[in-house]
Amino acid sequence: MTRLAMAIDLASCVGCAACSIACKMENEVPMGVHRLWIRNTTLGTFPNLAIEHRPEQCLHCENPPCVPVCPTGCCFVRADGIVDIDVKKCIGCSACIAACPYDARYMDPKGYVSKCDFCKHRVAEGRVPACVETCPTLCRSFGDLDDPNSPVSVALRNATRVDVLRPGLGTEPKLFYLNTPAKFGLVGERGGAA
Amino acid sequence: MRRREFLKLSGATVGAMALGGSAQAQLFPDGFPNPFRAPPGKWFTKDDVTTSYNFCEICFWKCGIKATTQGGKVRKVDGYAENPKSRGMLCPRGQGGVATTYDPDRLKRPLIRVAGSARGSGQYREATWDEAYDYIAEKMNAIKFQYGTESVAFYGHGTGDKWFAEYLPGAWGSPNAAKPSVSLCTAPRETASVYTFGRGIAGHEQIDWEETNYIVLIGHHIGEDTHNTQLQEFALALKRGAKLVVVDPRFSVAAGKADDWLPIKPATDTALLLAWANVLITEELYDAAYVEKYTLGFEQLAAHVAQYTPEWAAEITDIPADTIRRIAREMAAHAPRAVLPVGRHVVWYGPDDIHRMRSLYIVNALLGNYGVPGGYYFCDAPIVEAYPHPELPLAPAAGGCGGGPTEVAADSPFRPSVDRGKFFGSATAVQEFIEPMITGEPYPIKGLFSYGVNLFHTIPMVERTKQALNNLDLYVAIDILPMEHVMWADVILPESTYLERYDDLHLQAHKIPFIQARFPAHPPLYDTRSAFDMAKQLGERLGLGEYFPWSDVEEYLDRRLSSIGSSLEAMRNQGTITRRGRPYFADYERLNRNPLDTPSGKIEFYVERWAEAGLDPLPVFLPPIEGPAGMYRLLYGRSPVHTFARTHNNAVLMEAHGENHIWISTREAARLGIANDEYVWLENQDGVREGPIRAMVTERIRHDCVYMVHGFGHKAPLMRIANGRGASDTHLQTRYDLDPVSGGAGLRNNWVRLIKGAPDPQHPPIAWIERERSRA
Repeated sequence: MTRLAMAIDLASCVGCAACSIACKMENEVPMGVHRLWIRNTTLGTFPNLAIEHRPEQCLHCENPPCVPVCPTGCCFVRADGIVDIDVKKCIGCSACIAACPYDARYMDPKGYVSKCDFCKHRVAEGRVPACVETCPTLCRSFGDLDDPNSPVSVALRNATRVDVLRPGLGTEPKLFYLNTPAKFGLVGERGGAA
Repeated sequence: MRRREFLKLSGATVGAMALGGSAQAQLFPDGFPNPFRAPPGKWFTKDDVTTSYNFCEICFWKCGIKATTQGGKVRKVDGYAENPKSRGMLCPRGQGGVATTYDPDRLKRPLIRVAGSARGSGQYREATWDEAYDYIAEKMNAIKFQYGTESVAFYGHGTGDKWFAEYLPGAWGSPNAAKPSVSLCTAPRETASVYTFGRGIAGHEQIDWEETNYIVLIGHHIGEDTHNTQLQEFALALKRGAKLVVVDPRFSVAAGKADDWLPIKPATDTALLLAWANVLITEELYDAAYVEKYTLGFEQLAAHVAQYTPEWAAEITDIPADTIRRIAREMAAHAPRAVLPVGRHVVWYGPDDIHRMRSLYIVNALLGNYGVPGGYYFCDAPIVEAYPHPELPLAPAAGGCGGGPTEVAADSPFRPSVDRGKFFGSATAVQEFIEPMITGEPYPIKGLFSYGVNLFHTIPMVERTKQALNNLDLYVAIDILPMEHVMWADVILPESTYLERYDDLHLQAHKIPFIQARFPAHPPLYDTRSAFDMAKQLGERLGLGEYFPWSDVEEYLDRRLSSIGSSLEAMRNQGTITRRGRPYFADYERLNRNPLDTPSGKIEFYVERWAEAGLDPLPVFLPPIEGPAGMYRLLYGRSPVHTFARTHNNAVLMEAHGENHIWISTREAARLGIANDEYVWLENQDGVREGPIRAMVTERIRHDCVYMVHGFGHKAPLMRIANGRGASDTHLQTRYDLDPVSGGAGLRNNWVRLIKGAPDPQHPPIAWIERERSRA
């Protein structure tokens, strides 16, 4: 089995948005919407401070809430674990946008729903997603979770701490955040709600 | 109905019709193709995709890129692994910079100011290139006959500045050529480096990140200032476990990664550095063998810094003496793999700057890291012969980021530059040319070229600059966008972007020195030219044709490349040629050579030549210039997605960061009753007002200063995205303090107050403007 996943090392990320803009260019994402965005949060008080730079995008959940709500079957999970959209079947009903707890989906002005697809066109050519390739802090790793030697498996193994967004929902995301600057993990995750 | 008639009848729907499959090309109303519309009825296949090597021009780090073009439009640029700067990665600006080429607000053809209209009123008529060149040549010759060639000044910044700030001024005979990248950026660090080490820093900061284990950043905003390679190496060093100390009045992004953040009182960094030198010497933690072998003047230094104790520095800097001692000891414990990297923009406080830079270099040398793995490495640009040409009447005067200026020789028929005598160093200072435009002293400047230098977002005292421009007989602006200073010009020459033009080779001093080339991805979209072509055409009209002997840019490049056994065609498929560097002392000593080009051949702690000139031969602490009570020192910095004031009309980058904020500490904001995200006015010590700008109420800054990102606050109505968004720090810089040694203009001695009650400017969303702009 292949389970494609991504890990982002927050100890390295500087929130520069190279990933976000590479994504925009690579996928010709329309103005006004994003497949990938950055959330910056300051923690603590002067002079004891920390900053969490957190890129966010589709988490490609193992148990994706967006898939079962789709009335046409255009939202589906590929064999390699990418949560995908068949835009030809999409009627733009937005049920999946409402179902996604991470706000990862948007309505494309062309009339269908869209989101991060791990740059499936690049994956098909054996290349990594555009965000992974461009990152100047090398904070992203991508690969197959079922392959212990894949970059993502290695990164997960070497991390001091691994978090996912809103673990309490049981969505089992395949986007992992490593080495959060805060000891308690991701910002907004205490008490379960982001 | 005949087709033409049908089109006439349904004029309103022509756009939609064409998309539906008409063979007609998509045109803007002004006759140029609309890059937003794909050619109709065409699906692209992989065979339609072409790639071309280039180097990025969105900032001046100049990463090697590969542009992917499809259907006559660049779809994406990426780094490539063989290039030592990009190494296959790109920063946000590089990624999004493509949108600048397809910006519908671009300058599209030469423009000449309508006779009799006021400068800045924006009344222009379209002109042909011949007309524009003739107009300029005639005016230049008139200035030459009345005042002399020196009375035409040249400013330049960017790859084409070679032609407009070096070559053309040299051929024409004006020493008044300057780059803002010197006196408004790096001058103190270059002058200090040349006199301490006998070598400049030269553009790319040669820090051996790969080998270092302990990093101390002094106000160096890595992460906010996304110099691609530097950010990669910094991130890798931290991943490797290198310790990081950040000295900054603001909790910068780099501070967020630090083991220690020292929130220093602004303008007191020199005291901290001198105290570190004191601890390293008095506790005998310095590298004695290195100091003995490579340095000169240690005894004088030791005696001099004895007064600068950590207790003395603690009072001045707000950093406890124990912390100062601890960091000095940690540095020494990691030496020589401990480094205090030199920053880039170092014109902060004026006279203090040279002492800060000298202190920084001295602490590094005491750690024994200069020319040693884990410290500073040596680098030189690879050598490619120039295209053979007659010797220029005047050696190019502007120098560059790396200094290297040439003074006019005493026996030269040309007068020295107008800023001679104002400071010790030999580089020209952009800001010092303005006064002679107004006063005519020591001699008048009557003509000005501005190649890619936004005069109103670069040079402090904007009103003075406007007054100076009004005194000129000729002002030529060469640019890509209708920036505010461009709309003051007599002649506007529109330049092709980096994706549309060839350029001269870029020779990069780096740990792996390399040569990179630029190939156009497609022909220019509009009636634009490259600086290379403009300089030649203009030169020929000025009777300087002999200095431009090449036929065109391809022949020029091929000839130059043939001197290293390559060719234009080979380079087209390669992009980058790397060379072997000599990074360390050991590499030079093997060849019995000395990389230190000082009079003594050593690292000079004590600069004899300065003592002779009546300057301080050892760095001293100058008490900070203080501002009016109740005002905050105005600090400024960078955004990771913007470059200077150049990228603020780029829709993609502006969507990522669309306005700047004024950072103010939570404590001070509470006192003033200012809420987070509230719009405020900024008013400086001279009553100049800027804004509205949003307040960012944060714990991340000291209470005695405020901070904003530079480059916003454009006042250029023709730049429909940039116009009016955020506020400009340059407009608030109504004073500067000249560094009497390097000629740098210290810009951080300006103070502001925050005034409540500014209206929300209610900017429309960028996506909306973009939609409006792209309608043909």
